[in-house]
Amino acid sequence: MSTEHVLTPSSYITHHLTFNSQSIGNGGFWSLHMDTLVVSGLLGLVTFGLMWWIVRGATSGVPGKRQAAIELLVEFVDDQVKGIFHGDRSKFIAPLALTVFVWVLMMNAMDFLPIDVMAWVYEHVFGQEHFRAVPTSDINATFALALSVWFLMIFFSIKVKGLGGWIHELFCSPFGSNPLVWPANFLFNLIEYVSKPLSHSLRLFGNMYAGEIIFLLLGMWAATGLVGTIFGALLGVGWSIFHILIVVLQAFIFMMLTVVYLAMAHESH
Amino acid sequence: MDITFTLIAQALTFAILIWFTAKFVWPPVMSAIENRQKTIADGLAAAERGKHDLDLAAKRSAELLREAKEKAADILAAGDKRASEIIEAAKLQAKVEADRIIAGATAEIEQEAFRAKEQLRSQVSAIALAGAAKILGREVDSKAHNDLLDKLVAEM
Repeated sequence: MSTEHVLTPSSYITHHLTFNSQSIGNGGFWSLHMDTLVVSGLLGLVTFGLMWWIVRGATSGVPGKRQAAIELLVEFVDDQVKGIFHGDRSKFIAPLALTVFVWVLMMNAMDFLPIDVMAWVYEHVFGQEHFRAVPTSDINATFALALSVWFLMIFFSIKVKGLGGWIHELFCSPFGSNPLVWPANFLFNLIEYVSKPLSHSLRLFGNMYAGEIIFLLLGMWAATGLVGTIFGALLGVGWSIFHILIVVLQAFIFMMLTVVYLAMAHESH
Repeated sequence: MDITFTLIAQALTFAILIWFTAKFVWPPVMSAIENRQKTIADGLAAAERGKHDLDLAAKRSAELLREAKEKAADILAAGDKRASEIIEAAKLQAKVEADRIIAGATAEIEQEAFRAKEQLRSQVSAIALAGAAKILGREVDSKAHNDLLDKLVAEM
């Protein structure tokens, strides 16, 4: 915390929930959250660079420990995709699922860093007053992923069924091809197409954001005195341990939904 | 909670990461895994085949052993038979030989006896003549009694 702030609960929380925003034009839209972009970019660079470095010398003989770890991960993802998507998954869907899982997992895992310690580091080492280290608690990040998947979904729908087939499906499923039910079908599909990216991104965002808020509340409690410190610390430990589950689970769910949506796009009704 | 250009920048990063994973991370791992799976499957198949071959070889060797034992038993039996045959033949031959020798010996003995008899017979007349001369006290004219003596010799 910077010294010029008066430490009140609302200023504490506001401070932690303010993005490191960089304006690039007029209007609210034309700004970049540098914290989200830098952290997610660095995580992507380091994680996937590391994976690339390990698998560059992949042997089909006895694997080293590093290679075995990557293989476990890859086979886990491949098994999940195999169960949902029927087709040539190795070319795009399975690597996509791996990317989503690993990247989201790493971005979620930034939540494990102790917020106030990191806030001090960002301020005094990097000179950034506002810095949110968890990219997935930024709705821009989760929407970016969900909308990318959404566009891929539409792309694959059109690629597999053709533009005519896709439009036909918009109007003729799920209730049938009778012209009387066309409006109902279209409305149904419209709601589905809107709700998919919303639920996809908001589920991840909500979980990570709520996790961050609870850490902040516990941090606030810890500042109220000895009892608060003890309970805040204890509950903080409990929440952190529970958060390990949430971090992995949300990454897994995000990956599974990605695969399910894309698999659905490949199927004709 | 505002949507900003961050979204698009983030989507761009995402696209690059997908491309990177699909091009550089996924293929080498998958090919390594698939190659290993193939190697393991081949190894298992080879082991299965080896086991099968071993079974066959064991069966074959047992068969060969049994055949060899049978053959050995046959050879032993044939050998025994041949030996007894040879012994029988030898016995028969020996008997024939012995009979022949005995017959020869008998004939020789008879011949010898006959010769002795002849010799004896030829001397009997002289002994008889000498005996008679002693009894008569005088010389017997052998010429005069030759007929008589010959008759006597012939009777003996």
